[in-house]
Amino acid sequence: MSGAHDILFKTLADPTRRAIFERLCREGEKTVAALTARAGVSQPVVSKHLGVLKQAGLVEGRHEGRNTHYRAQLGALTPLMDWTRQMAGFWESRFDDLEDLLKRMDQ
Amino acid sequence: MTDAATETRTVVVEREIPYPPEKIWRALTQPHLIAEWLMKGDFAPIMGRQFRLSGDWGGVDCEVLAIEPHETLSYTWNYAHDDPAYALESVVTFTLTPTATGTLLRMEQVGFRPDQKQAYQGARLGWRQHLENLEKTVAGLG
Repeated sequence: MSGAHDILFKTLADPTRRAIFERLCREGEKTVAALTARAGVSQPVVSKHLGVLKQAGLVEGRHEGRNTHYRAQLGALTPLMDWTRQMAGFWESRFDDLEDLLKRMDQ
Repeated sequence: MTDAATETRTVVVEREIPYPPEKIWRALTQPHLIAEWLMKGDFAPIMGRQFRLSGDWGGVDCEVLAIEPHETLSYTWNYAHDDPAYALESVVTFTLTPTATGTLLRMEQVGFRPDQKQAYQGARLGWRQHLENLEKTVAGLG
């Protein structure tokens, strides 16, 4: 398993941290205060989780006045999705069926 | 990461098939044949044609972007999903090259992350421009 996978899995293994990340994915940009309101933990704990998420590249902060708005960076999930391998497998099996069809078209 | 190389994801699948391009072209463009190897859909070999390919798991929305009989077929391959992590906007291009024993069939799929509308539109525009140029060239041949 690559280092990128390790960091993503470790970061998302904590349920509170994962819940914060999922909420940012679902609901878009949020301040620490807005996240704390429903996180079930104190604001310093939320801030700490956001710091870890930020280090993993999963969230990004944007300063506006005295507040920082956090948003999810879905692109960071790409290594987990392994899209390329999935799609290549899909097309290989479609090509198998295509070859079968071409054989039948002979008859 | 803002490196251009990370902005798109490309899948290439190539296969040498022991049949001529004309025959493979039929399988790529006739709906009752497409249904036998890919998915069911109301495809028609017309530029700009919008169609949907449906499988057991759902379907993809498509639009024909390029069509060169027996040589090239390209269409969008878009999968809508409420969760942006699963949504996909991509372009699929089939290229048929005759070989001594049949055809080299190449499928290239270029995908864009949902937050990359701009890159996606750019690629589509690129195709349109390419085809307009091609039309002009062909028209110029008289």
